Amino acid sequence: MAMKIRTLRRHVNESFKSLGRNGWMTFASVSAVTVSLVLVGLFLMVMFNLNKIAGDIESDVEVRVYLDQSITQAQQDALEQDLKEVKNVQSVQFQSKKQGLNSLMKSLGNDKKSFADLQKENPLPNAFILKTKKPEQTIHVANQVRDLPNVTDVRYGKGTVEKLFHFIRIARNVGIVLIIGLLFTSVFLIANTIKLTIVARRREIEIMKLVGATNAFVRWPYFIEGLVMGILGSVIPVVLVMVVYRFAYYGLGGNLQQMFIRLIPYHTMTTNLSLLLVGIGAIIGVWGSMSSVRKFLKV
Amino acid sequence: MEDVILMQNVWKAYPNGVMALNGIDLSVKQGEFVYIVGPSGAGKSTFIKMIFRELKPTRGKIFINNKNIANLRERQVPYFRRKIGVVFQDFRLLPKLTVYENVAFALEVIEEHPRTIKKRVMEVLDLVGLKHKMRSFPDQLSGGEQQRVSIARSICNRPPVLIADEPTGNLDPETSWQIMDVFKRINEQGTTIVMATHNRDIVNKIRHRVIALEGGMIVRDQQEGDYGYED
Ligand SMILES: Nc1ncnc2c1ncn2[C@@H]1O[C@H](COP(=O)(O)OP(=O)(O)OP(=O)(O)O)[C@@H](O)[C@H]1O
Ligand SMILES: [Mg+2]
Repeated sequence: MAMKIRTLRRHVNESFKSLGRNGWMTFASVSAVTVSLVLVGLFLMVMFNLNKIAGDIESDVEVRVYLDQSITQAQQDALEQDLKEVKNVQSVQFQSKKQGLNSLMKSLGNDKKSFADLQKENPLPNAFILKTKKPEQTIHVANQVRDLPNVTDVRYGKGTVEKLFHFIRIARNVGIVLIIGLLFTSVFLIANTIKLTIVARRREIEIMKLVGATNAFVRWPYFIEGLVMGILGSVIPVVLVMVVYRFAYYGLGGNLQQMFIRLIPYHTMTTNLSLLLVGIGAIIGVWGSMSSVRKFLKV
Repeated sequence: MEDVILMQNVWKAYPNGVMALNGIDLSVKQGEFVYIVGPSGAGKSTFIKMIFRELKPTRGKIFINNKNIANLRERQVPYFRRKIGVVFQDFRLLPKLTVYENVAFALEVIEEHPRTIKKRVMEVLDLVGLKHKMRSFPDQLSGGEQQRVSIARSICNRPPVLIADEPTGNLDPETSWQIMDVFKRINEQGTTIVMATHNRDIVNKIRHRVIALEGGMIVRDQQEGDYGYED
Protein backbone atom coordinates (compact mmCIF):
# COMPACT_ATOMS: atom_id res chain seq x y z
CA MET A 1 0.00 0.00 0.00
CA ALA A 2 2.11 2.86 -1.27
CA MET A 3 1.58 6.24 0.28
CA LYS A 4 0.29 8.95 -1.96
CA ILE A 5 2.79 11.69 -2.79
CA ARG A 6 0.34 14.30 -1.57
CA THR A 7 0.05 12.52 1.76
CA LEU A 8 3.80 12.24 2.12
CA ARG A 9 4.13 15.94 1.32
CA ARG A 10 1.62 16.71 4.03
CA HIS A 11 3.51 14.65 6.61
CA VAL A 12 6.82 16.28 5.74
CA ASN A 13 5.21 19.73 5.92
CA GLU A 14 3.67 18.97 9.28
CA SER A 15 6.91 17.71 10.74
CA PHE A 16 9.02 20.65 9.59
CA LYS A 17 6.39 23.08 10.83
CA SER A 18 6.58 21.65 14.32
CA LEU A 19 10.37 21.31 14.26
CA GLY A 20 10.43 25.05 13.64
CA ARG A 21 7.76 25.80 16.21
CA ASN A 22 9.80 24.04 18.90
CA GLY A 23 13.06 25.56 17.65
CA TRP A 24 14.98 25.52 20.90
CA MET A 25 13.98 22.02 21.91
CA THR A 26 14.83 20.83 18.44
CA PHE A 27 18.22 22.52 18.72
CA ALA A 28 18.89 20.96 22.11
CA SER A 29 17.97 17.48 20.90
CA VAL A 30 20.03 17.77 17.75
CA SER A 31 22.97 19.02 19.83
CA ALA A 32 22.67 16.07 22.18
CA VAL A 33 22.74 13.67 19.25
CA THR A 34 25.72 15.58 17.85
CA VAL A 35 27.74 15.33 21.05
CA SER A 36 26.98 11.63 21.42
CA LEU A 37 27.81 10.82 17.84
CA VAL A 38 31.07 12.81 17.91
CA LEU A 39 32.21 10.64 20.80
CA VAL A 40 30.88 7.47 19.19
CA GLY A 41 32.69 8.41 15.99
CA LEU A 42 36.06 9.06 17.58
CA PHE A 43 35.75 5.99 19.77
CA LEU A 44 34.86 3.71 16.88
CA MET A 45 37.63 5.21 14.79
CA VAL A 46 40.17 4.12 17.39
CA MET A 47 38.50 0.79 18.15
CA PHE A 48 38.19 -0.24 14.52
CA ASN A 49 41.87 0.43 13.98
CA LEU A 50 42.97 -1.36 17.13
CA ASN A 51 40.85 -4.32 16.11
CA LYS A 52 42.32 -4.33 12.65
CA ILE A 53 45.86 -4.15 13.98
CA ALA A 54 45.19 -6.89 16.50
CA GLY A 55 43.59 -8.95 13.75
CA ASP A 56 46.54 -8.41 11.42
CA ILE A 57 48.95 -9.55 14.06
CA GLU A 58 46.77 -12.36 15.24
CA SER A 59 46.25 -13.88 11.84
CA ASP A 60 49.98 -13.85 11.37
CA VAL A 61 51.26 -17.42 11.16
CA GLU A 62 54.88 -16.42 10.87
CA VAL A 63 57.60 -17.06 13.40
CA ARG A 64 60.92 -15.35 12.70
CA VAL A 65 63.98 -17.12 13.96
CA TYR A 66 67.01 -14.80 13.93
CA LEU A 67 70.42 -16.38 13.60
CA ASP A 68 73.73 -15.72 15.27
CA GLN A 69 75.92 -13.63 12.92
CA SER A 70 78.80 -16.12 13.34
CA ILE A 71 76.86 -19.22 12.31
CA THR A 72 78.58 -21.57 9.85
CA GLN A 73 76.89 -23.04 6.81
CA ALA A 74 76.94 -26.53 8.33
CA GLN A 75 75.38 -25.28 11.56
CA GLN A 76 72.79 -23.44 9.57
CA ASP A 77 71.85 -26.54 7.57
CA ALA A 78 71.57 -28.56 10.77
CA LEU A 79 69.36 -25.90 12.32
CA GLU A 80 67.12 -25.86 9.26
CA GLN A 81 66.72 -29.61 9.62
CA ASP A 82 65.84 -29.26 13.29
CA LEU A 83 63.29 -26.54 12.59
CA LYS A 84 61.55 -28.66 10.00
CA GLU A 85 61.04 -31.36 12.58
CA VAL A 86 59.33 -29.12 15.14
CA LYS A 87 55.67 -29.98 15.55
CA ASN A 88 53.13 -27.79 13.70
CA VAL A 89 55.75 -26.17 11.50
CA GLN A 90 54.37 -26.01 7.99
CA SER A 91 57.29 -24.53 6.12
CA VAL A 92 60.80 -23.25 6.73
CA GLN A 93 62.32 -20.63 4.52
CA PHE A 94 65.68 -18.94 4.69
CA GLN A 95 65.77 -15.16 4.48
CA SER A 96 69.15 -13.48 4.11
CA LYS A 97 69.75 -10.13 5.77
CA LYS A 98 69.53 -8.48 2.35
CA GLN A 99 66.20 -10.09 1.48
CA GLY A 100 64.94 -9.16 4.91
CA LEU A 101 65.75 -5.51 4.35
CA ASN A 102 64.20 -5.53 0.88
CA SER A 103 60.91 -6.98 2.02
CA LEU A 104 60.85 -4.57 4.92
CA MET A 105 61.29 -1.63 2.56
CA LYS A 106 58.66 -2.96 0.24
CA SER A 107 56.09 -3.16 2.97
CA LEU A 108 56.85 0.42 3.88
CA GLY A 109 56.00 1.61 0.41
CA ASN A 110 56.71 5.28 -0.27
CA ASP A 111 58.40 5.89 3.04
CA LYS A 112 61.58 4.14 2.02
CA LYS A 113 63.64 7.36 2.02
CA SER A 114 63.89 7.32 5.78
CA PHE A 115 65.39 3.88 5.57
CA ALA A 116 68.01 4.76 2.98
CA ASP A 117 70.86 4.81 5.48
CA LEU A 118 69.90 1.36 6.67
CA GLN A 119 71.05 0.03 3.35
CA LYS A 120 74.59 1.19 4.00
CA GLU A 121 74.85 -0.79 7.16
CA ASN A 122 72.17 -3.46 7.31
CA PRO A 123 71.33 -4.19 10.97
CA LEU A 124 69.12 -7.18 10.21
CA PRO A 125 70.46 -10.66 10.93
CA ASN A 126 69.89 -13.68 8.68
CA ALA A 127 66.71 -15.48 9.59
CA PHE A 128 64.50 -18.50 9.06
CA ILE A 129 60.83 -17.78 8.45
CA LEU A 130 58.65 -20.52 9.87
CA LYS A 131 54.99 -20.81 9.03
CA THR A 132 52.48 -22.64 11.19
CA LYS A 133 49.10 -23.92 10.11
CA LYS A 134 47.18 -21.82 12.58
CA PRO A 135 47.96 -18.46 14.22
CA GLU A 136 47.57 -19.81 17.73
CA GLN A 137 50.32 -22.36 17.13
CA THR A 138 52.97 -19.66 16.75
CA ILE A 139 53.40 -19.20 20.49
CA HIS A 140 54.09 -22.90 20.98
CA VAL A 141 56.49 -23.15 18.07
CA ALA A 142 58.32 -20.02 19.21
CA ASN A 143 58.85 -21.46 22.67
CA GLN A 144 60.19 -24.67 21.26
CA VAL A 145 62.74 -23.17 18.89
CA ARG A 146 63.95 -20.42 21.22
CA ASP A 147 66.49 -22.71 22.91
CA LEU A 148 67.96 -24.27 19.78
CA PRO A 149 71.69 -23.53 19.22
CA ASN A 150 72.66 -20.39 17.24
CA VAL A 151 69.20 -18.85 17.62
CA THR A 152 69.54 -15.30 18.98
CA ASP A 153 65.94 -14.22 18.95
CA VAL A 154 62.46 -15.42 18.05
CA ARG A 155 59.67 -13.07 17.01
CA TYR A 156 55.99 -13.75 16.50
CA GLY A 157 52.84 -11.66 16.60
CA LYS A 158 50.82 -13.40 19.22
CA GLY A 159 52.73 -12.16 22.24
CA THR A 160 52.33 -8.50 21.44
CA VAL A 161 48.73 -9.04 20.55
CA GLU A 162 47.86 -10.45 23.96
CA LYS A 163 48.66 -7.15 25.63
CA LEU A 164 46.89 -5.22 22.88
CA PHE A 165 43.77 -7.32 23.27
CA HIS A 166 43.77 -6.69 26.96
CA PHE A 167 43.93 -2.97 26.33
CA ILE A 168 41.22 -3.14 23.65
CA ARG A 169 38.92 -4.99 25.99
CA ILE A 170 39.23 -2.39 28.72
CA ALA A 171 38.92 0.54 26.31
CA ARG A 172 35.88 -1.06 24.73
CA ASN A 173 34.08 -1.65 28.02
CA VAL A 174 34.69 1.84 29.30
CA GLY A 175 33.75 3.33 25.94
CA ILE A 176 30.61 1.27 25.56
CA VAL A 177 29.27 2.23 28.97
CA LEU A 178 29.97 5.89 28.30
CA ILE A 179 28.42 5.81 24.86
CA ILE A 180 25.32 3.89 25.84
CA GLY A 181 24.74 6.51 28.50
CA LEU A 182 25.07 9.29 25.95
CA LEU A 183 22.90 7.58 23.39
CA PHE A 184 20.12 7.06 25.91
CA THR A 185 20.33 10.70 26.89
CA SER A 186 19.85 11.65 23.25
CA VAL A 187 16.93 9.29 22.83
CA PHE A 188 15.39 10.76 25.95
CA LEU A 189 15.81 14.35 24.75
CA ILE A 190 14.29 13.58 21.38
CA ALA A 191 11.42 11.75 23.03
CA ASN A 192 10.85 14.84 25.14
CA THR A 193 10.85 17.21 22.19
CA ILE A 194 8.38 15.04 20.34
CA LYS A 195 6.27 14.79 23.45
CA LEU A 196 6.00 18.58 23.51
CA THR A 197 4.83 18.70 19.93
CA ILE A 198 2.35 15.94 20.61
CA VAL A 199 0.93 17.68 23.64
CA ALA A 200 0.61 20.85 21.59
CA ARG A 201 -1.36 18.86 19.03
CA ARG A 202 -3.37 16.71 21.37
CA ARG A 203 -6.65 18.13 20.17
CA GLU A 204 -5.66 17.54 16.59
CA ILE A 205 -4.76 13.91 17.24
CA GLU A 206 -7.98 13.38 19.15
CA ILE A 207 -10.01 14.67 16.23
CA MET A 208 -7.96 12.68 13.74
CA LYS A 209 -8.76 9.51 15.62
CA LEU A 210 -12.38 10.54 15.92
CA VAL A 211 -12.87 10.92 12.19
CA GLY A 212 -11.02 7.70 11.40
CA ALA A 213 -7.40 8.54 10.61
CA THR A 214 -5.23 5.45 10.93
CA ASN A 215 -2.55 5.22 13.58
CA ALA A 216 0.06 5.14 10.86
CA PHE A 217 -1.24 8.40 9.46
CA VAL A 218 -1.08 10.03 12.89
CA ARG A 219 2.37 8.63 13.48
CA TRP A 220 4.10 9.63 10.26
CA PRO A 221 4.88 13.31 11.00
CA TYR A 222 6.47 12.38 14.32
CA PHE A 223 8.44 9.60 12.69
CA ILE A 224 9.80 12.10 10.18
CA GLU A 225 10.50 14.64 12.93
CA GLY A 226 12.58 12.13 14.86
CA LEU A 227 14.36 10.96 11.75
CA VAL A 228 15.24 14.51 10.73
CA MET A 229 16.55 15.38 14.19
CA GLY A 230 18.67 12.21 14.30
CA ILE A 231 20.13 12.75 10.87
CA LEU A 232 20.77 16.46 11.48
CA GLY A 233 22.61 15.42 14.62
CA SER A 234 24.92 13.19 12.62
CA VAL A 235 26.13 15.89 10.19
CA ILE A 236 28.82 17.46 12.36
CA PRO A 237 30.12 14.10 13.62
CA VAL A 238 30.48 12.83 10.06
CA VAL A 239 32.42 15.91 8.97
CA LEU A 240 34.57 15.75 12.08
CA VAL A 241 35.38 12.09 11.55
CA MET A 242 36.49 12.85 8.01
CA VAL A 243 38.75 15.69 9.10
CA VAL A 244 40.22 13.92 12.12
CA TYR A 245 40.89 10.71 10.23
CA ARG A 246 42.54 12.66 7.45
CA PHE A 247 45.06 13.97 9.99
CA ALA A 248 45.37 10.62 11.72
CA TYR A 249 45.80 8.63 8.56
CA TYR A 250 48.02 10.89 6.49
CA GLY A 251 49.82 12.51 9.41
CA LEU A 252 50.29 9.66 11.83
CA GLY A 253 49.96 6.74 9.44
CA GLY A 254 53.50 7.08 8.10
CA ASN A 255 55.06 6.96 11.52
CA LEU A 256 52.97 3.95 12.47
CA GLN A 257 54.03 2.15 9.33
CA GLN A 258 57.60 2.28 10.54
CA MET A 259 56.36 0.23 13.45
CA PHE A 260 54.77 -2.22 10.95
CA ILE A 261 51.27 -1.01 11.83
CA ARG A 262 48.87 -0.37 8.99
CA LEU A 263 45.76 1.72 9.63
CA ILE A 264 42.43 1.14 7.91
CA PRO A 265 42.50 3.01 4.57
CA TYR A 266 41.02 6.52 4.62
CA HIS A 267 38.10 5.95 2.29
CA THR A 268 37.06 2.61 3.73
CA MET A 269 37.08 4.08 7.21
CA THR A 270 35.27 7.34 6.50
CA THR A 271 32.64 5.78 4.25
CA ASN A 272 31.74 3.04 6.70
CA LEU A 273 31.91 5.20 9.77
CA SER A 274 29.82 7.96 8.17
CA LEU A 275 27.10 5.52 7.18
CA LEU A 276 27.20 4.04 10.65
CA LEU A 277 26.90 7.44 12.34
CA VAL A 278 24.02 8.55 10.13
CA GLY A 279 22.36 5.19 10.80
CA ILE A 280 22.79 5.47 14.55
CA GLY A 281 21.49 9.05 14.42
CA ALA A 282 18.43 7.95 12.48
CA ILE A 283 17.74 5.10 14.90
CA ILE A 284 18.11 7.36 17.94
CA GLY A 285 15.72 9.88 16.41
CA VAL A 286 13.07 7.43 15.32
CA TRP A 287 13.30 5.46 18.54
CA GLY A 288 12.93 8.61 20.63
CA SER A 289 9.95 9.88 18.72
CA MET A 290 8.14 6.56 18.43
CA SER A 291 8.48 5.90 22.14
CA SER A 292 6.66 9.18 22.75
CA VAL A 293 3.95 8.62 20.16
CA ARG A 294 3.11 5.15 21.41
CA LYS A 295 1.74 6.48 24.70
CA PHE A 296 -0.55 8.95 22.94
CA LEU A 297 -2.02 6.63 20.38
CA LYS A 298 -3.83 4.31 22.74
CA VAL A 299 -7.51 4.77 21.75
CA MET B 1 -35.87 -2.49 7.00
CA GLU B 2 -32.19 -2.93 7.74
CA ASP B 3 -30.93 -2.78 11.30
CA VAL B 4 -28.27 -0.06 11.25
CA ILE B 5 -27.59 -0.54 14.94
CA LEU B 6 -28.29 -3.81 16.71
CA MET B 7 -27.27 -4.43 20.30
CA GLN B 8 -27.59 -7.82 21.91
CA ASN B 9 -27.21 -8.16 25.66
CA VAL B 10 -24.57 -5.45 25.93
CA TRP B 11 -22.86 -4.92 29.27
CA LYS B 12 -20.23 -2.40 30.21
CA ALA B 13 -18.17 -2.38 33.37
CA TYR B 14 -15.58 0.38 33.75
CA PRO B 15 -12.17 -0.70 35.05
CA ASN B 16 -13.04 0.77 38.46
CA GLY B 17 -15.96 -1.64 38.71
CA VAL B 18 -18.83 0.76 37.87
CA MET B 19 -21.50 -1.04 35.89
CA ALA B 20 -22.53 1.60 33.33
CA LEU B 21 -24.64 -0.62 31.05
CA ASN B 22 -26.54 -3.69 32.22
CA GLY B 23 -27.82 -5.85 29.41
CA ILE B 24 -28.93 -3.57 26.59
CA ASP B 25 -31.01 -5.04 23.74
CA LEU B 26 -31.92 -2.67 20.97
CA SER B 27 -32.39 -2.28 17.26
CA VAL B 28 -32.34 0.94 15.27
CA LYS B 29 -33.50 0.91 11.64
CA GLN B 30 -32.01 2.87 8.83
CA GLY B 31 -33.21 6.49 8.73
CA GLU B 32 -34.54 6.53 12.29
CA PHE B 33 -34.10 9.45 14.68
CA VAL B 34 -33.62 8.29 18.26
CA TYR B 35 -33.37 10.29 21.48
CA ILE B 36 -31.52 8.73 24.39
CA VAL B 37 -32.77 10.26 27.64
CA GLY B 38 -32.28 9.54 31.30
CA PRO B 39 -30.97 11.07 34.49
CA SER B 40 -27.34 11.96 34.95
CA GLY B 41 -25.24 8.83 35.31
CA ALA B 42 -27.81 6.65 33.54
CA GLY B 43 -25.23 5.54 30.97
CA LYS B 44 -26.15 7.71 27.96
CA SER B 45 -22.59 8.78 27.15
CA THR B 46 -21.35 5.26 27.68
CA PHE B 47 -24.01 4.02 25.27
CA ILE B 48 -22.95 6.60 22.65
CA LYS B 49 -19.26 5.72 23.08
CA MET B 50 -20.06 2.07 22.40
CA ILE B 51 -21.50 2.86 19.01
CA PHE B 52 -18.34 4.37 17.59
CA ARG B 53 -16.06 2.03 19.40
CA GLU B 54 -14.49 4.47 21.79
CA LEU B 55 -15.32 1.79 24.32
CA LYS B 56 -15.57 -1.97 23.96
CA PRO B 57 -18.48 -3.78 25.59
CA THR B 58 -17.55 -6.03 28.49
CA ARG B 59 -20.09 -8.52 27.18
CA GLY B 60 -22.52 -8.74 24.28
CA LYS B 61 -22.61 -7.93 20.60
CA ILE B 62 -22.96 -4.61 18.80
CA PHE B 63 -23.75 -4.79 15.10
CA ILE B 64 -23.32 -1.64 13.06
CA ASN B 65 -24.41 -2.24 9.46
CA ASN B 66 -24.45 -5.96 10.24
CA LYS B 67 -20.86 -6.00 11.39
CA ASN B 68 -20.08 -6.94 14.97
CA ILE B 69 -17.80 -4.20 16.24
CA ALA B 70 -17.29 -5.83 19.61
CA ASN B 71 -14.59 -8.01 18.12
CA LEU B 72 -13.30 -5.53 15.55
CA ARG B 73 -9.52 -5.61 15.24
CA GLU B 74 -7.69 -2.45 16.32
CA ARG B 75 -6.39 -1.92 12.80
CA GLN B 76 -9.92 -1.82 11.44
CA VAL B 77 -11.29 0.65 13.96
CA PRO B 78 -10.27 3.77 11.95
CA TYR B 79 -12.00 2.45 8.83
CA PHE B 80 -15.09 1.67 10.86
CA ARG B 81 -15.17 5.17 12.36
CA ARG B 82 -15.28 6.73 8.92
CA LYS B 83 -18.82 5.41 8.70
CA ILE B 84 -19.97 7.06 11.94
CA GLY B 85 -20.33 10.80 12.41
CA VAL B 86 -19.85 12.08 15.96
CA VAL B 87 -20.93 15.37 17.53
CA PHE B 88 -20.11 16.47 21.08
CA GLN B 89 -21.36 19.01 23.51
CA ASP B 90 -18.06 20.91 23.36
CA PHE B 91 -17.75 21.13 19.53
CA ARG B 92 -14.07 20.06 19.44
CA LEU B 93 -12.96 22.39 16.68
CA LEU B 94 -9.33 23.30 16.01
CA PRO B 95 -8.94 26.96 16.99
CA LYS B 96 -6.15 27.72 14.51
CA LEU B 97 -8.05 26.47 11.50
CA THR B 98 -10.81 28.30 9.68
CA VAL B 99 -14.32 26.90 9.37
CA TYR B 100 -13.48 25.54 5.94
CA GLU B 101 -10.19 24.02 7.14
CA ASN B 102 -11.79 22.45 10.18
CA VAL B 103 -14.20 20.52 8.00
CA ALA B 104 -11.61 19.75 5.32
CA PHE B 105 -9.25 18.44 8.00
CA ALA B 106 -11.55 15.49 8.65
CA LEU B 107 -11.33 14.47 5.00
CA GLU B 108 -7.61 15.21 4.60
CA VAL B 109 -6.62 12.87 7.39
CA ILE B 110 -8.48 10.00 5.78
CA GLU B 111 -6.67 10.82 2.54
CA GLU B 112 -9.62 11.93 0.45
CA HIS B 113 -8.88 13.37 -2.95
CA PRO B 114 -8.45 17.20 -2.88
CA ARG B 115 -11.19 17.70 -5.47
CA THR B 116 -13.63 15.58 -3.48
CA ILE B 117 -12.69 17.47 -0.31
CA LYS B 118 -13.44 20.85 -1.84
CA LYS B 119 -16.78 19.69 -3.20
CA ARG B 120 -17.91 17.93 -0.04
CA VAL B 121 -16.86 20.74 2.31
CA MET B 122 -18.83 23.30 0.32
CA GLU B 123 -21.83 20.98 0.25
CA VAL B 124 -21.97 20.40 3.99
CA LEU B 125 -21.25 24.03 4.86
CA ASP B 126 -24.17 24.91 2.65
CA LEU B 127 -26.33 22.33 4.42
CA VAL B 128 -25.60 23.78 7.88
CA GLY B 129 -25.95 27.31 6.52
CA LEU B 130 -22.41 28.50 7.12
CA LYS B 131 -20.98 28.85 3.62
CA HIS B 132 -20.64 32.59 4.13
CA LYS B 133 -18.53 32.06 7.26
CA MET B 134 -16.09 29.57 5.83
CA ARG B 135 -13.11 31.90 6.29
CA SER B 136 -13.90 32.69 9.93
CA PHE B 137 -12.09 31.12 12.85
CA PRO B 138 -14.03 29.27 15.57
CA ASP B 139 -13.58 32.04 18.14
CA GLN B 140 -15.29 34.46 15.74
CA LEU B 141 -18.44 32.32 15.78
CA SER B 142 -21.33 31.93 18.20
CA GLY B 143 -21.76 28.64 20.05
CA GLY B 144 -24.54 27.55 17.72
CA GLU B 145 -22.44 28.31 14.67
CA GLN B 146 -19.51 26.39 16.12
CA GLN B 147 -21.77 23.42 16.73
CA ARG B 148 -22.98 23.60 13.14
CA VAL B 149 -19.36 23.51 11.94
CA SER B 150 -18.79 20.46 14.08
CA ILE B 151 -21.92 18.84 12.60
CA ALA B 152 -20.72 19.71 9.12
CA ARG B 153 -17.44 18.00 9.93
CA SER B 154 -19.21 14.92 11.29
CA ILE B 155 -21.21 14.35 8.10
CA CYS B 156 -18.69 15.40 5.45
CA ASN B 157 -17.75 11.76 4.81
CA ARG B 158 -21.45 10.86 4.33
CA PRO B 159 -21.70 8.49 7.30
CA PRO B 160 -24.89 6.40 7.43
CA VAL B 161 -25.05 6.98 11.20
CA LEU B 162 -24.68 10.21 13.15
CA ILE B 163 -24.36 10.05 16.93
CA ALA B 164 -24.52 13.13 19.14
CA ASP B 165 -23.88 13.41 22.87
CA GLU B 166 -25.84 16.38 24.22
CA PRO B 167 -25.23 18.51 21.13
CA THR B 168 -27.32 21.35 22.54
CA GLY B 169 -25.93 21.05 26.06
CA ASN B 170 -23.87 24.24 25.79
CA LEU B 171 -26.38 26.25 23.78
CA ASP B 172 -29.28 28.55 24.63
CA PRO B 173 -32.82 27.39 23.68
CA GLU B 174 -32.98 29.60 20.58
CA THR B 175 -29.76 28.22 19.13
CA SER B 176 -30.73 24.69 20.05
CA TRP B 177 -33.67 24.87 17.67
CA GLN B 178 -31.29 25.81 14.83
CA ILE B 179 -29.21 22.74 15.58
CA MET B 180 -32.32 20.57 15.54
CA ASP B 181 -33.23 22.05 12.19
CA VAL B 182 -29.87 20.99 10.83
CA PHE B 183 -30.33 17.49 12.25
CA LYS B 184 -33.75 17.32 10.65
CA ARG B 185 -32.27 18.05 7.22
CA ILE B 186 -29.53 15.48 7.72
CA ASN B 187 -32.08 12.92 8.87
CA GLU B 188 -34.22 13.62 5.84
CA GLN B 189 -31.28 12.70 3.62
CA GLY B 190 -31.49 9.20 5.10
CA THR B 191 -28.89 9.43 7.86
CA THR B 192 -29.72 7.57 11.06
CA ILE B 193 -29.37 9.85 14.08
CA VAL B 194 -28.89 8.83 17.71
CA MET B 195 -28.87 11.76 20.10
CA ALA B 196 -28.37 11.70 23.85
CA THR B 197 -29.98 14.74 25.43
CA HIS B 198 -31.27 16.44 28.56
CA ASN B 199 -33.36 18.90 26.53
CA ARG B 200 -36.95 18.27 27.59
CA ASP B 201 -38.46 20.95 25.29
CA ILE B 202 -36.86 19.56 22.18
CA VAL B 203 -37.81 15.97 22.93
CA ASN B 204 -41.38 16.93 23.69
CA LYS B 205 -41.83 19.22 20.66
CA ILE B 206 -39.95 17.41 17.94
CA ARG B 207 -41.30 13.93 18.42
CA HIS B 208 -39.12 10.95 17.63
CA ARG B 209 -38.46 7.57 19.14
CA VAL B 210 -37.35 7.92 22.78
CA ILE B 211 -35.19 5.39 24.59
CA ALA B 212 -34.95 6.06 28.31
CA LEU B 213 -32.01 4.69 30.28
CA GLU B 214 -31.80 4.32 34.01
CA GLY B 215 -29.03 2.61 35.89
CA GLY B 216 -27.64 1.27 32.65
CA MET B 217 -30.88 -0.38 31.57
CA ILE B 218 -33.56 0.51 29.02
CA VAL B 219 -36.64 1.40 31.04
CA ARG B 220 -38.73 2.73 28.15
CA ASP B 221 -38.65 2.52 24.35
CA GLN B 222 -41.40 4.59 22.80
CA GLN B 223 -42.15 5.76 19.25
CA GLU B 224 -43.03 9.47 19.12
CA GLY B 225 -42.28 9.46 22.83
CA ASP B 226 -41.96 12.27 25.33
CA TYR B 227 -39.19 13.21 27.73
CA GLY B 228 -41.15 11.57 30.43
CA TYR B 229 -39.47 12.25 33.75
CA GLU B 230 -38.60 15.15 36.04
CA ASP B 231 -34.96 16.26 36.14
N1 LIG C 1 -14.34 6.60 32.46
C1 LIG C 1 -15.12 6.16 33.42
N2 LIG C 1 -14.61 5.42 34.42
C2 LIG C 1 -15.39 4.97 35.40
N3 LIG C 1 -16.69 5.20 35.51
C3 LIG C 1 -17.29 5.94 34.57
C4 LIG C 1 -16.54 6.47 33.48
N4 LIG C 1 -17.36 7.17 32.69
C5 LIG C 1 -18.58 7.08 33.27
N5 LIG C 1 -18.54 6.35 34.38
C6 LIG C 1 -19.67 6.00 35.24
O1 LIG C 1 -20.57 5.25 34.45
C7 LIG C 1 -21.91 5.64 34.74
C8 LIG C 1 -22.59 6.14 33.46
O2 LIG C 1 -21.94 7.31 33.02
P1 LIG C 1 -22.32 8.09 31.72
O3 LIG C 1 -21.29 9.15 31.49
O4 LIG C 1 -22.55 7.13 30.64
O5 LIG C 1 -23.70 8.76 32.16
P2 LIG C 1 -24.59 9.82 31.36
O6 LIG C 1 -25.93 9.22 31.28
O7 LIG C 1 -23.92 10.24 30.14
O8 LIG C 1 -24.62 11.01 32.42
P3 LIG C 1 -24.74 12.60 32.08
O9 LIG C 1 -26.17 12.80 31.78
O10 LIG C 1 -24.35 13.23 33.37
O11 LIG C 1 -23.83 12.89 30.96
C9 LIG C 1 -21.82 6.70 35.81
O12 LIG C 1 -22.01 6.07 37.06
C10 LIG C 1 -20.41 7.21 35.71
O13 LIG C 1 -19.95 7.64 36.97
MG1 LIG D 1 -23.12 12.07 29.37
